[in-house]
Amino acid sequence: MPEAAVRPSGGQKIEARHLTKRYGATVAVNDLSFDVNPGMVTGFIGPNGAGKTTTMRLILGLDRPTEGQVTIGGKRYSDLPAPMHEVGALLDAKAVHPSRSAYNHLLSLAQSNHIPTRRVHDVLGQVGLESVAGRKVGSFSLGMGQRLGIAAALLGDPPVLMFDEPVNGLDPEGIVWIRGFMRHLAGEGRTVFVSSHLMSEMALTADHLIVIGQGKVLRDEGVTEFVDSSSQRRVLVRSPKLAELSGALVAAGASVQPGTDDSIEVMGLDSRAIGDLAFAQGLPLHELATQGASLEDAFMEMTHDSVEYRGNEVAQ
Amino acid sequence: MTNIVLPSTAITGPPTGYRPANFTDAVRAEWTKIRTVRSTLWTLLVAVVLAVGLGALISALAANGYAQGRGNIRTSWDPTGVSMSGLTFAQLAIAVLAIIFITSEYSSRAIGTSLTAVPRRSRFLAAKAVVIGGICLVFTEILSFVAFFVGQALISGHAPTANLSQPNVLRAMIGGGLYAVLLGLISLSLGAMLRNAAGAIAVIVALLFVLPVVAAALPSSIEHTVEEWWPTQAGGQVTNVIRGSHTLSPWEGFAVMCAFTAILLAGAFAAINRRDA
Repeated sequence: MPEAAVRPSGGQKIEARHLTKRYGATVAVNDLSFDVNPGMVTGFIGPNGAGKTTTMRLILGLDRPTEGQVTIGGKRYSDLPAPMHEVGALLDAKAVHPSRSAYNHLLSLAQSNHIPTRRVHDVLGQVGLESVAGRKVGSFSLGMGQRLGIAAALLGDPPVLMFDEPVNGLDPEGIVWIRGFMRHLAGEGRTVFVSSHLMSEMALTADHLIVIGQGKVLRDEGVTEFVDSSSQRRVLVRSPKLAELSGALVAAGASVQPGTDDSIEVMGLDSRAIGDLAFAQGLPLHELATQGASLEDAFMEMTHDSVEYRGNEVAQ
Repeated sequence: MTNIVLPSTAITGPPTGYRPANFTDAVRAEWTKIRTVRSTLWTLLVAVVLAVGLGALISALAANGYAQGRGNIRTSWDPTGVSMSGLTFAQLAIAVLAIIFITSEYSSRAIGTSLTAVPRRSRFLAAKAVVIGGICLVFTEILSFVAFFVGQALISGHAPTANLSQPNVLRAMIGGGLYAVLLGLISLSLGAMLRNAAGAIAVIVALLFVLPVVAAALPSSIEHTVEEWWPTQAGGQVTNVIRGSHTLSPWEGFAVMCAFTAILLAGAFAAINRRDA
């Protein structure tokens, strides 16, 4: 009788070190190092083709790294004695034999990891698929496929969960559901690693962000820090004495760009500092407005140079 | 769409104990996989029709020919061989079952899900080998006996029949199942290496039917060597009651096919372990 393993009470850390994957001459992932910590949702974000899916495949041992390594709780995935009890993953919702029923698909997965059959019923209920459990997976919509993939990930009640673009194909109701679900899982102390190419989605779900572009880590920080550092707050300033004001602002360390009709855009100083400065200099202000750049803008700006496929701008 | 259920199962209380997954778990999962797709039923049904139906037809026709003393049918009368002649074609259906068992993982991309559940790839492939080997053995053994008894019943009254107490008859019957095990493993290996059903089926057809015919066009010295040693021909001797010229003995021939199977299996294990999923 093999000794029973006991699930660690908290989550487990995913640690990637110098992960590199080349397919021939193409570099999919280039020297990635990062940690994914328990108890929070870590967003893995980058444009399409940035290497998100490849990284997740490397974590699961589906692809072998050309260099570097990645471990989960200190172990390589392929060395985990009962992988589905330790890591749940949704990579490709349609990676299921189309003529097998949802129930039988989950049953075979459960059996492969000695998971009791009642868990199949549990997870079908959890994702709201019990009424279609007997239907062939090939007849499922993309959204139902995503739910089935999530059910499979939950089978072993694992402390680490990975979802690759889980929102794809879900209806608005489903999107709200999965956001709440991921927050809930993280709240239980699990490690939740979720990829997306939509910054707005991650801003609502993640606590921590790992931004990648062309296979490299661009940022690795908390969502709050990311917002503060990257939303490049611009302040719109209108004044009859723009020239003097611009000089004073530049002297104070701000950068100034001319705006439309008698306005300037100031970066590097917030509205309070600009107002105080104008008052101190005796310069009148007609308008002082903070222009909040959206997270999406910040993300676009950051990854602009690393987008692999880009549509040409439409000629006017 | 289905109702939205917010999860309420928090991790409370002590963590659930579990034991490491083992080979038996992987075999159980593969058994569930093969019995829960429609294509399995269809290929086995085709095998039954070919082995029993075609076997019965050939038995009836041959017995009739014997009764009328047509040609030299009486000098080489082999009632066991006649009753089991449908199995030659049924084997192909079984080979297709084994091929699809692995290539459907690739065509549906389910291989990623399967290898996430069972990341030890040798365990995954070995579990498939055990399941397909078991199905081939049991199913073909049943087919052999059914085809034999149906055939003998149709021959009876028109020509001499065979029975299991005659020399080599029981060995030929059991040999049918053993040969099918090797053919199933060869097919599984080809499927694992080529990851494509059409390609693997083409190779199996070439192995079973095309190359032996090509060999017949060779100069007789080479032809006889090929006839003797061609793995599927050599292995097939174990299913024959009467030993033909230029053939190995039943068990020698079976050993040749075993060696060939082992080489292909080794190639399949190497391929699945080395390649990205």
